[in-house]
Amino acid sequence: MATAYDIAVKQAEPEQDSPAPFVVVEKVYKSFDGHRVLNGISLRVDQGETLAVLGRSGTGKSVLLRLIIGLDTPDSGAIRIHGQAIAGLALDRMGEIRKKMGFVFQQAALYDSLSVQENVAFPLEHHRRDMSKSERTDRVRQLLAEVGLDGDIDKMPSDISGGMQKRVGLARALALEPEILLLDEPTAGLDPISSAEIDELILKLQRERRMASVVVTHDLHSARTIAGRLALLNEGDVVIEGTFEDLQQSEIGFVKEFLKQS
Amino acid sequence: MSDRGFTPVAGLNPPLPVRRIELPSSVAGYAANLFNGFFEWFGSLGIFSWRVLRAAVTPPYEWRELIRQLDEVGSKSLPLVAMAGAAIGVILSLEARYTLSRFGAKSMFPATLVYSVIQVMGPVITGLVVSGRVGAGMGAELASMKVTEQIDAIEASAINPYRLLAATRILACILMLPLLTIATDACALLTGWFAQAMVEPLSFHQFIANGFNGATFSAFLPQTFKTAVYGLIIGLIACFQGMRTRGGAAGVGRAATNSVVLASLFLILADVVLVKFILVFFP
Repeated sequence: MATAYDIAVKQAEPEQDSPAPFVVVEKVYKSFDGHRVLNGISLRVDQGETLAVLGRSGTGKSVLLRLIIGLDTPDSGAIRIHGQAIAGLALDRMGEIRKKMGFVFQQAALYDSLSVQENVAFPLEHHRRDMSKSERTDRVRQLLAEVGLDGDIDKMPSDISGGMQKRVGLARALALEPEILLLDEPTAGLDPISSAEIDELILKLQRERRMASVVVTHDLHSARTIAGRLALLNEGDVVIEGTFEDLQQSEIGFVKEFLKQS
Repeated sequence: MSDRGFTPVAGLNPPLPVRRIELPSSVAGYAANLFNGFFEWFGSLGIFSWRVLRAAVTPPYEWRELIRQLDEVGSKSLPLVAMAGAAIGVILSLEARYTLSRFGAKSMFPATLVYSVIQVMGPVITGLVVSGRVGAGMGAELASMKVTEQIDAIEASAINPYRLLAATRILACILMLPLLTIATDACALLTGWFAQAMVEPLSFHQFIANGFNGATFSAFLPQTFKTAVYGLIIGLIACFQGMRTRGGAAGVGRAATNSVVLASLFLILADVVLVKFILVFFP
């Protein structure tokens, strides 16, 4: 029986006239203080595709995202972005790869000494030095309008709600027009209406920009709405990977239990 | 004790958790832990320093952040070091007058004050005051950024945090410490002279002329510019402690405290070496 890894590797094999997948995770292991969090996990994400990574708290979902963007390094295994293995890359070289990626943190991680506008302008100021100040301001306003926050640009992060902070985080992640978007629990802690708005926003951005996205969530409804493919993690392993219908038809006990409780 | 490591307390349900304290099995084990921790800390500091150095000398340069930090370290510390210098000037003046009078060497007062301030007290007082203000501030700011994932967000935005956050702050400390020391010295000499002039007539011109009589640049410049090393120590330790913080608000508090304590300690230890170095190379 083919494992998820075999399928991932087979799919990741370069074919003629076929570009490398945007994100490939190959047999990645990660432990913290002797506790294994990821247990040889393998996944891939192509252009325009959204993969939702589901699972209980503490199963290594957020760790997986941090490994993909290089904030942590795997104990073994490989992570490839556009076919380039990122293990051992120097910070500046990794920076070149990160310019093509956007990361939305679970707690937004906005710079608390900067206003909403300055937060979104931050990556542009550092990487788009060719932009004039007015061009940058226009771009920031456009990004904030896209996430529905054009009226709050001068507020400080502490003065806006959690949902608004996530929108600002999303606008900041989109500033450099990334090809890969990583979202860590984009709807966690939000009320149902705000969650639905964030889901709709992510869907809209995917339609318009055709990014490869990895969304970590424990919200099955949100995952079903925004992702074409879902991967369910348990104890560091991918239990099942496929569409929502695949999960529904699965006979695996953990999958049934997860769907029942969600 | 229950199998969960809790000690049940009568009358309370659920029982209050009692943390198990892991004690090393022997004094040798404790010493080994201490030894390991000591070398682990210095090893991490070495790696951190190398990353900062590499980030500092390669473009792009973060000029705007550097200017902001120069203002933060320099301008905003100026009132504090000026006041500390003024107080030290008065204290030294009072002590020197009393001591020199006892030995019939009152004429040596200007030179004693000038040399004490510029060679010894000015640099050390400036270093300790800046260590307290800037070290704690930097340590707490960076630690807070670390625990709220703001430093991760900077890195995820393809910006080198060692360049943006650490190199600029350390460089600002290195550049500003000598200038702040000059300000401290000036305030100390001014108030020292003033305290003396209040007791017996002594013109400022005469005080300066006598104080610096026969002095050479090599008597004062190395002592002033050695504070650049203090700046390196303060900036490096504050950034290192801040950027390696773990553990929420308690971690931020620890980082701020450790920044001040370690920077002050290393500053004084470094002074021992620097004084010997200056005596050898600038006799």
